[in-house]
Order: sequence, then C-alpha cells, then structure tokens
Amino acid sequence: MGEPKRKNMLRKGAGGRAAHDVGGLEFGPIDRHEHDLALWEKRTDAMLILLRDNKRRVLTVDAHRRMIESYGEQEYDRTTYYEKWIRSVRNLLVEQEVLTPEEIDAKVAEVRARFEAEGRKVAKETVPW
Amino acid sequence: MVSKRAKGLGAPKPAPAFAPGDAVRIASRPVVGHCRTPWYLRGKTGVVAAVQGTFRNPEQLAYHKPGLPGLVLYKVRVKQSELWSRYAGPARDTLEVDIYETWLEPVR
Repeated sequence: MGEPKRKNMLRKGAGGRAAHDVGGLEFGPIDRHEHDLALWEKRTDAMLILLRDNKRRVLTVDAHRRMIESYGEQEYDRTTYYEKWIRSVRNLLVEQEVLTPEEIDAKVAEVRARFEAEGRKVAKETVPW
Repeated sequence: MVSKRAKGLGAPKPAPAFAPGDAVRIASRPVVGHCRTPWYLRGKTGVVAAVQGTFRNPEQLAYHKPGLPGLVLYKVRVKQSELWSRYAGPARDTLEVDIYETWLEPVR
C-alpha cells in the first residue's frame, strides 16, 4: 500500500499557528489506509532512538519536534512522516556539531554515485535543510 | 515509571499551584519557538483532573537546555462543547489534555 496522497491544505482562520498546529481546522476526511514502512524509514526511527539515548544525548524528542515544526506549511504538508524525521535528524546532527553540512552532502553524493553505478534507483530530490 | 531525565530534576520540587477540582483557563498567548500547548486549547476553560508530576521544561529542552527548574504538569479536563462551537455530541463529553503550569491561569 502506497503513501496517502498529499496536498497543501489551506489554514483558513488559523491565526498565528505554526504549520503543524492544525487541530480543529477543516481538513476533510482522514486517509486511514495502512502502509508498510520502507527500510530507510525503520532506519530513521532507529537512528533517532540511538541519538537520544543516555550514552549519546545528541538530541531530545523536544528538539526533534521543534525542528519538524520549523517547516513552512508547504514543506510540512508535502513531506511524509519519516521525511520530516530524517530532515530533523540531519539538521540536529549539524546543529549539535556532530557532523558538518559538507560532510553530509559529500556522503550523500558518494552513496548516490555508488547506487547509480550499480543501476539502483536513486531519489532525484534532496531533502531541503 | 521515572525516567533517567526526570531523576535529574533534584529537590526541592515545586509545590503545585493547582489541585484537582480547580477551575483553570489555558493561557491564550502567542508563542515564539516550541511549545506543547495546541492552538485550539488556548483561552479555553477547564478543570484540573490530576497532577501528573514534575518534568523538565520542553520549551527549553527543545533548544538543548537542561529544562530546569522542572514544571508541574496537569491533566486538565475540558468540555468538548467548550472547544467546538458546533459540537453535536452529548454535553457530558470531555477532552483530557496534559498542560504545563506555566500555561494555566486560575479562574475565580
């Protein structure tokens, strides 16, 4: 089962809310179809758990939420649950000076090149910072 | 269960400003940065149902601060009809939400 279709939702009468804070707004029916998690989504979940444990303490769930809430409306609505997570994990790794943006970009480019050489499917889009 | 993070809260713990049964209003104010009080609850009135304990301040944890001193967290019970002007369900229907003390005001 694929991901539910996504579209940008108007925040009519939303006042000064942040993009995530939509409780009670008219958004129509909820798509309740289940869908399987991809391997990268499970890995993203695992990374978050490891980065917030007592040994590492790179991030808190609160910092994670703050980072996800910093998306503008359009990016917030367009991205899936774990796309929001992986952007947050990456941005917090940079914010906490575990990795630099250059290191991350270089690694992504390296993996992309390797996948292309192997004839594997490569996502065209990059995750906005 | 007490988490390791909660253990670091130290003493003395703050005395709760509210007790179960107290009428409270959820603050209505704009917020800069992260907070755990959803927009649709702001300015609404309810009753304290329980004192949940003392926890590090999520508004500071979100920016890698220790979140101390800890804040008292309450379970607040709000009538659905208070939240939604066109609520069609039974008048006894309520919503219970966790709200930090800094977001509650006394109702006299």
